[in-house]
Parts: sequence; C-alpha cells; structure tokens
Amino acid sequence: MDLRFIGAEVSEGEREAIHAAVPAAEVVEVDGRVVRTDRTSLRHHLLPALDAVQSAIGYVSEGAVDEIAHRLHVPPAEVYSVATFYALIQTEPRPPVVAHVCDDVACRSAADLVGELGDRDDVVASPCLGQCDRRPAVFFQRAGSPDLVAAPATASEVSSVLDGAESITLEPTVDAGPLLRRVGRVDPGSLDAFRSTGGYVALARAIEMGPEAVIAELETSGLKGRGGAAFPAGVKWESVRKQPTGPKYVVCNADESEPGTFKDRVVLEGDPFAVIEALTIAGFSTGATKGFIYIRGEYPLATERLRTAVAAARNAGLLGDDVAGAGFAFDIEVRRGQGAYICGEETALFNSIEGFRGEPRQKPPFPVFEGLFGRPTVINNVETLINVNRVLTEGGETYAASGTPDSTGTRLFCLSGDVARPGVYEVEFGMTLGDLIERAGGAAGDLGFVMLGGAAGSLVDASALDLRLTFEDARAAGVSLGSGVVMVFNTEVDMVDIVRRIARFFRDESCGQCVPCRVGTARVEEAVSRANGSVEASLIEDMDRAMKDASICGLGHTAASVVRSAIALGILGEPQ
Amino acid sequence: MSETVSIVIDGVSMAVPAGSTILEACRSTDNDQPTLCYLETLTPVNVCRVCVVEVEGSRTLVPSCSRVAEDGMIVHTDSERVRHSRKVVFEFLASSVDMSLTDDATKGWMDRYGCDPTRFGPQAGPVADRDHRHAGHHHAPTGDTAETVSQPVKVDNELYVRDYSRCVLCYRCVEACGIDAQNTFAIAVAGRGFDARISTEFDTGLTDSACVFCGNCVGVCPTGALMFRSEYELRNAGMWDSDRQSVTRTVCSYCGVGCNLELHTQDNRIVKVTSPADHSVTSGHLCIKGRFGYSYVQELGDLAVTPIDEVLARARR
Repeated sequence: MDLRFIGAEVSEGEREAIHAAVPAAEVVEVDGRVVRTDRTSLRHHLLPALDAVQSAIGYVSEGAVDEIAHRLHVPPAEVYSVATFYALIQTEPRPPVVAHVCDDVACRSAADLVGELGDRDDVVASPCLGQCDRRPAVFFQRAGSPDLVAAPATASEVSSVLDGAESITLEPTVDAGPLLRRVGRVDPGSLDAFRSTGGYVALARAIEMGPEAVIAELETSGLKGRGGAAFPAGVKWESVRKQPTGPKYVVCNADESEPGTFKDRVVLEGDPFAVIEALTIAGFSTGATKGFIYIRGEYPLATERLRTAVAAARNAGLLGDDVAGAGFAFDIEVRRGQGAYICGEETALFNSIEGFRGEPRQKPPFPVFEGLFGRPTVINNVETLINVNRVLTEGGETYAASGTPDSTGTRLFCLSGDVARPGVYEVEFGMTLGDLIERAGGAAGDLGFVMLGGAAGSLVDASALDLRLTFEDARAAGVSLGSGVVMVFNTEVDMVDIVRRIARFFRDESCGQCVPCRVGTARVEEAVSRANGSVEASLIEDMDRAMKDASICGLGHTAASVVRSAIALGILGEPQ
Repeated sequence: MSETVSIVIDGVSMAVPAGSTILEACRSTDNDQPTLCYLETLTPVNVCRVCVVEVEGSRTLVPSCSRVAEDGMIVHTDSERVRHSRKVVFEFLASSVDMSLTDDATKGWMDRYGCDPTRFGPQAGPVADRDHRHAGHHHAPTGDTAETVSQPVKVDNELYVRDYSRCVLCYRCVEACGIDAQNTFAIAVAGRGFDARISTEFDTGLTDSACVFCGNCVGVCPTGALMFRSEYELRNAGMWDSDRQSVTRTVCSYCGVGCNLELHTQDNRIVKVTSPADHSVTSGHLCIKGRFGYSYVQELGDLAVTPIDEVLARARR
C-alpha cells in the first residue's frame, strides 16, 4: 500500500515513546525482494502506540501521527480517526497534567468540584470514573508520569496534583463472600500469598479434569454471565471449544464503565491473580493460546497491579509455553482502554484491540464464531471469570446450591449514593433490594429513588424494595440487574438533574455509527433538557422504541431506559 | 449445503441462492426496501438502519442489507414495528441533516411512513466547530432547538466540494476511498457520537491530504454532500437544470482499460462525468483523468463562451 504522509516532524520524545511501545515492522524477503508485513498484522498496535505518545507527551501531534502511520502502515487519516474516537487521547496541545473531574450521577451530588475549580484548561468534566464508593472522584492524566486517581477528592487537592503533588489511594469498603475473600486481606502483589490462600487450586483441578469436564462442571454450576446478558458461561465456552481450528482467543472484559459500577476495579486491584487464573482456565478449556485483558484507561492502579501479576505469573511458569508444566501454552496481554464506554460492548472491544474505532459489529456472527481478529472468541467480564475459580474449587453442584435455581452463586453489587456504607457487597442471589440497602447501613436520609443496574438500567422507587435480586425476578419486574449497580438517591437529590446527566452521558458515549443511537441520544437529551423538567412522554416512547429496535448494539437499546422509568415514576412530567 | 434457501417474506415463500441477503431476496421480487448506506458495489456497513426488517424470533429488527437469508426465516418488511423504526430513523436524519438533494425514492419512503422531522423542535443553525469537538464532551443543550450537522461548505480545490451539512454518515465515501475501490485512504470517520464526521487527518485540506481526486467518493454519495465543483457552482448560480441535461455513454480515451463514461451535458457543455455502477470494468469508479479530464473536448472548435463556461471560469479564478 502506498501511503501519503503528513510530512510533519516527529520529536525525539514522541519517537522514543512510539518505538518503545510498538515493535518494528517486520521485513520479509520474498523471492529476493524485500517486502514488509501486511498492514493487518501491525494494526493492533495502534491504540498502544497512541497511548504511549499521549502518556509521554500529553497529546498526539501531527508528527506523532506520521510516525505511527509509518511504523504500523496505517494511513494518517485512519490514525487520526481512531485517535479522535477516544476521550483520553488528545490531538491538540494541552497542559501536561489534566484533571478529569467526575460530575456523573454519584459524584455530582457529593460536590460540585468542576464548579469550584472554575474554568481552566487543565480541568475537564468526566463521566463516571468507577470510584463511586469514595466520591467525588478525579482522574489525572500526567504527561511523563503515571496517571493517578484521587478519591474522595477536594478542590484544593486537585489543584495541588495539577501543580505536581502525588495522591493517595484508599482501600475500598468490601463486604466479602467467596469471590472477594482475598480483597483487602491478601497482598495483591504476591503470587505466594495468592497460592497460600487457595490460588491456582482451580487451575490444577482443571488440568486434572480436562477441558470437557471443566465445561461440564460450568454447565452444572448454572453460572451465567455477569455482564448484563446473563448468558450461560458453559455454553459460550463449549461453542468455542468445539470450533475445529485455531487460533482462538479468550478475552477478559475489564472495561467497566457503566455509571455506578466499581466492582471489577475492586477485584482487579485487590485480587488480580484470580482473574489471571480464571482466564488461563478459559484458555486451557477452549484451546486458546492467547488471552487479552482489556481494562479501562481510568483504572491506573488496577492496570499496574494486573501487569505486575501477569509478569509474576509468567516468571513462575504459570503463563507461557508450558503452563504449570502441564504441556499447554497460554499467555496474556493487558490492553488499556482510552476513555470510551462503548468499548465495554464485546464487539466494540474487539475492534478496539484490533486498532480500529470502537464501533460495535452487527451480530450475527457472534463472537464464539467470529470474534477477536475474526476468530472464535470467549469474552467474559471480570466477575464472571472469577466465579469459574469458585466453581472448580467447590464443584459445580455445590456452587449451584447457592443462590436460586435460575440465578446460582453470589453477585457483586455496587452500593453507592446516599447509603451509610458505600462499597462492594457480595451476596447470594435472592436477597431483596431493601435488605441489600440495609446491609449497607440503610439510606442516608429519606430514600427517594434507586438507580438499579446502571445508567443503562432503570430508576425504581421504594415500592421496589421487596424485589428479590435475581435474574428471573428482575426480568419479571421489567428491570435489569445490569452491572450490579444499586445507587441510592435520597429525597434531597434533584432527580431531574440526574436524568439529564444520564441523557448527556449517552449523547457523549454513543459511537455515532448507527443513526438511531447517534441522533436518538442527542434528541433524548434535548427532550429532557427543556425547562421545568417537562417532557413529552409520547415523543420519548417513540424514540425509545426505534432505538431499542433499530440500533446496532446495547447502548442504543438501553440509552432511553432511565428516562422512560423517570417518566413512569413522575420525575419528569408532561408540559403544562 | 443446499444451493438455495427457502424463506418467507411478507407471506410470500421464495427460494433464493444461499448467501443472498434479505434485501437481495426482497429486490428479486420487486418488493423494494429503502436504503441509504447500502450500495451494490460496496461492502454493507449496515449503519443507516432504514432497511431494517422484522425477522421472527429475533429480539430486535435486523438490517436487511447485510443479514444473510437463512432457511426457514420468516421476514416482515411492513409490520408496525418496521414502519415505526423506519419512520423515526428517517425523522432523526431529516431533523439533523439537509436531505433536500437526496433521491426521490428516499423522499417517497419518508412520505409513505408519514415522517415529521419538525417534531423535535426548530432546527439549530450552522456551527463552525464540528471538526474540533472532543470525544466525550459537548455543550449541554437547552432543548429549545434540535441540533443539526449544519456547517460551512468546504471548498478547497477546483474539482469537488464537501458540504457536510448534507452528510448522513453513510460511510460510502470512506469505503470508496479505501479498500472497496480506490485504496487511497484519504478520509475516515473522526470524532464520536453526534460529533462524528468524515475527515482527513487533522482536518487538513484535500490538496494537502492523500486525496488523488478520483471523485469516487462523490460518485457514491447519496445526499449531495460531496458534489462536483461544476455542479456546485451551477447550482449556486441557479443554472443547474437536470431536466435539460442528457447523458451520453462513451469510452474513456485516456488509456486502454476501457472505462465507460457517462457524460452529463447541459447546453452542450459537460457538467458532470459518472460511470455506470453495473459496468464490469469500473463498478462505477473512475480515475482523475476520466472523471475530470474532459475540458479539452469542449475546446475543440466551439470557441463561443456560454453562460455555463462563464460560471465555471469564475469559480476557477
């Protein structure tokens, strides 16, 4: 391919960053002629290359785009196209330290940090940062230094970090069951500590049992995906295992970005080896030799701990050409997201890893047939995966005895907002919403509404406190457990403002590919922004129906759900 | 695997070749469906969603342009769900994009579905910042107007203009510039969500970009967002009149490939050159010479300057 470049100079710092992040283009000789590898083999390095420049320099210049284009054989227009898709990649000069100040649904009622900090070019408002248990949260991008999170943060702390100060991270509040038993108790940086607390027992059992038996055990356990669709994990794994030819892939979706969700972060920060062990079992069981963990860019601590853990597992022979001496190869690459909620959608995540814009693909084909790089792929989120360790350790039947027959095991719920003790609560399926809130110390103030399942879920009021938290009860009630969000709003909260923030979120996070979502999210936000919180219910219903029926992916399908529930609950009324 | 599959579309059973899409099955029986982003010569991207149909057993509607017909599939193209989604999708488009130059077929579908794009409120006026918006950030709306993609026309060369106020983001130009035809990769979709737009790298002008001015993006644009400079100038001058134009099919004289050309002439002047999409050599695509290198034809003998010549000469200055 003949590419035309911009012709802009790359700086030494940019060049160093890119070269360190991206392997040199392989030169191949064919019949005595020197040719370079085809473009598709290098393209998947695009996002890491952009990340490298952004992290080192603070923005991606024309010279950097040219250098990346040269090195990866990707046209400059496509490098720019991908760069501008992500909120954490900038293509214009910017201050070296930038604070992304969360003003999303949980944080905005705790403080108005954006307002307090005033209008400055190193402060930008951010969607949910996944730190709702210690609101308000701020994420810092720092050129030449590691990114940072401060939570809870004050305006003066934010100013000091912008001036160069470091920040601290607090340990989370965790109400642990079997999945979270190590979090906050066992050193997440120590493989020995992991192994002495039951770590890698599940992998040993898996190797002993063999792939078919592992999957049979998963099917016996009744484990369903925790990512929102509640698809049986065993069925997914079996579909990929049965595919006759490789390569196949297993992917851990750690791009947790649903507003109000922070459970996967707590797991990744507190028990990273558990995720690595589970993904290794997935590779072993399906015949995949390569795994990816795609983690959201706003989780620097979790990313660092995960990378450390992957390296430790590799050093110990638990990843590599001969895993645990059992004669199978498996390795893991950690990929960092760059600020795009949509990349939590599985096919968008594949495109993002492959170096394309995070635009979801039309399904079918489903990932088990054509997933990452067009190959059979298992993709599970963090919570689903760590359940696999428990299933294999306890046995599928024992596991299936917990929870309810249709919702087995435990669930991680993210309690935040106006509750006495925000945090991650691991409870057996079947507890009522009211009891769960009581477990977190009850509502702070008078309970007004609860956001259940996330911004893609719905609002409920006190009449839903008797709802049993199971997949089947939620479905029957017309709500979703989603990513386990239980965000409480007391009667002091301006709910119209909350609904508007959610509509703004979807307008910002739509990938823009399909018309119903691209325009629909903008029209829904306009409709809920009119004076006095009045809204034309039939217009919203019309838009929601088309978005649910005609959008490509789940973002469009659910983008108006909270708005519709707000209308049903009387939060938004008809124009007078 | 059998060579045909049996499906039922709107109550009519039919056998179609295996691998056919639902749209191809529909069109094989004159049961036409609306399309915008779909074009026979390009890979379906299924983004506009005006061709969605109901397939029994499917939770959501499916794009007929890309969904392959499966044995036993029962399809409805005119159910209430289908009509509703198509209506709202067209309303979304027409409320945010200038579709006045979109083809009559599309206008016919919009009439048929009773579209009312004004129901989202009065359209917001043009803005100049669309090429510089950041993913994940926008100014909160007041709700008093409906946001649009209206913006100034980009006129940066003599051969074609880009009026992205008319852009429905169908991706056709990107595909034609890329792997489906030209392999030049001068343009791609930049930005995200409602702020997504077709762009060169850093919004650089076409003459500084990788563009080779083949005009194939113009050839596939369904809404007039990409327009030959000649047509653009004549329209601005109020002189473009397709009723007075005739089309002459000929063979390009520049090389031996044999590309067929359609010369669109008005008042004995060539005002546009296209190629038939079903022509085996071109699939509708041309190079800069065949597409734009026609002025010598008009300089042979006839030296009288017509009003069309005057408009186009003014534009070139």
